[in-house]
Amino acid sequence: MELFGIWVAAFLTLCIYSFLYRDNPFYRFAEHLFVGISVGYGIVIAIHQGVIPLAWEPLSEAVSALWTEITGETTPEIRSALWGLFKIIPIAFGLLFFARLSPRHNWLVRYPIAILIGFGAGIAIPNMLQANIFEQTRATIEPFGAIGPFVDVPPEARLSALDIFGAILMVIGVICTLTYFFFSVEHRGPINWLSKVGIAFLMIGFGAAFGNTVMGRLALMIHRVGFLINEWIGSFGALF
Amino acid sequence: MTNSKSTLWVVACLVFFLCGTYAFSQEPAAPTNVTAKDTPNDDGSSITITWDAASEDSGVVGYKILRNSDAGEFEEIGKQLDANVTVYKDKTIIKGKTHAYIVRAVYDNETSMYSAQTAAVKAKGQWFHTGKVALFLAMLLFSAAILWNIYHARSGKEVFVRRIPGLEAVEEAIGRATEMGRSILYILGLGDVDNVATIASMTILGQVARRTADYETPLRVPCRDPVVLNVVREMVKTSYLDEGRPDAYNEDDIFFLTNEQFAYAAGVNGMMIREKPAAIFLQGQFYAESLLMAETGNSIGAIQIAGTDSEHQLPFFIAACDYTLIGEELYAATAYLSKDPLFLGSLRGQDWGKVVIFAGIIFGVSLEFFGINWITTLLQRVS
Repeated sequence: MELFGIWVAAFLTLCIYSFLYRDNPFYRFAEHLFVGISVGYGIVIAIHQGVIPLAWEPLSEAVSALWTEITGETTPEIRSALWGLFKIIPIAFGLLFFARLSPRHNWLVRYPIAILIGFGAGIAIPNMLQANIFEQTRATIEPFGAIGPFVDVPPEARLSALDIFGAILMVIGVICTLTYFFFSVEHRGPINWLSKVGIAFLMIGFGAAFGNTVMGRLALMIHRVGFLINEWIGSFGALF
Repeated sequence: MTNSKSTLWVVACLVFFLCGTYAFSQEPAAPTNVTAKDTPNDDGSSITITWDAASEDSGVVGYKILRNSDAGEFEEIGKQLDANVTVYKDKTIIKGKTHAYIVRAVYDNETSMYSAQTAAVKAKGQWFHTGKVALFLAMLLFSAAILWNIYHARSGKEVFVRRIPGLEAVEEAIGRATEMGRSILYILGLGDVDNVATIASMTILGQVARRTADYETPLRVPCRDPVVLNVVREMVKTSYLDEGRPDAYNEDDIFFLTNEQFAYAAGVNGMMIREKPAAIFLQGQFYAESLLMAETGNSIGAIQIAGTDSEHQLPFFIAACDYTLIGEELYAATAYLSKDPLFLGSLRGQDWGKVVIFAGIIFGVSLEFFGINWITTLLQRVS
């Protein structure tokens, strides 16, 4: 069985790699298989990690608690389980997505969409403000607390010459890059000059990220080629 | 003789005293000052227990927490904590019940000492997180700047927007696809509907759809997320309606492909190779699949306009696409394309925010240089 798995994996790997030559029936087969299996897998995951634990179980517990409450055998735990009935509200809003299937009622789908985008933006904006602005501004300013001549810093906390250079370069980079992203001001004179320096900083950063990621991708390819050579070709001996 | 006797007595007393002190210091002692309080600024799902640290030579090797519910039996909760821990946040409480705690100090000689029982505490949720007041004020100021600029733009005053080459190419790309009689492929990336880049991408798509409605150019949008699919269908449909071309709208052109990252990339690559779109838009949040798609689009000779705030994918788009919107240019795109006073005012408000950051950095650096660190303290408190 393990041998069969190795051969299937190797066959599909080669099918996908065949795209490097051109589109062909083998690539199409692997592509459709990959897409189909991933959709099926996604549905199963959504049911097991979403529908059952977040909707079905709490709701069925709440309904059975309600029944117990009606029949009179109640306890504080049963009363607390009754709160699960409120889950009907988000579930009902979620079910409105199915209104899309009816041409007469498909306008109803706007309600869950509005709620989702409202919640999403409401959660994302303060988090972005905190992580991308406050935190980064602090990190840019903070090293200067250990540089100034008027600051009493213990010797072990003093920055090296390279660290000081890095801190100054960071401030220059942040200010110039920020200038590039001014949209409502014409980029002329000093603003143009600063924004050009900002673009240079961005490109240096992108170049470093490019090299770093390419190395990571090459490692993935080496791993895959290693699989083909060691496990797949290595399995020839077991067959022949 | 008397002197030597006295000396012996003094030495004996001293030895006795030192031995006694040593023995006393080694005697296991129960944790002191144990308190249990409702954790502030949470949703009422935890209680925080604190106690005094034991001295380093006390022999304590760890602590265990015991809890009861509604004055019932005490039971141990969680794993053994390290000897240097003096705070424990119990996140496994039963909401609505009162809990009391005992801290058990575990000693290296396998003995244990139990603290006194704390007062019973009931966790309560708070409506407001008092630690986020500064963040809230910053948001209010930022929102006020945006609202003021929207008001200003709506009053008819012109708002300047600098040239963004990637967005000027949008018209060119759509025109090229129309002339060639081929489709436009719009890829929204892998972000969910609450992702800021995805929201920006959807608004750009709304503007692109207005043009394709005018020119009757087929617009194909494979989606990774079913919720994004629904939003995109609504937005594109609205654009076609606004342009007076509901007949040109084809719902089947906006479809769900798969939600698995590389299966999505494989499916999109297959579409590119077989349908050969004349223009490809890659706008939104992308991960490792970015280069796979951008490189395939490049190989078929399509004009490609990319835009993302994923800094690790930007280099690949810059290398493989004709135009790339870098980070915030993606957010500025809607204002740039639509020239709507609402978006233009919002864009100018954001620039005001950047001026504040700009000034804050220069001011903060100057203050830090002179040893005044109240700006970093304030930012740290917010973070």
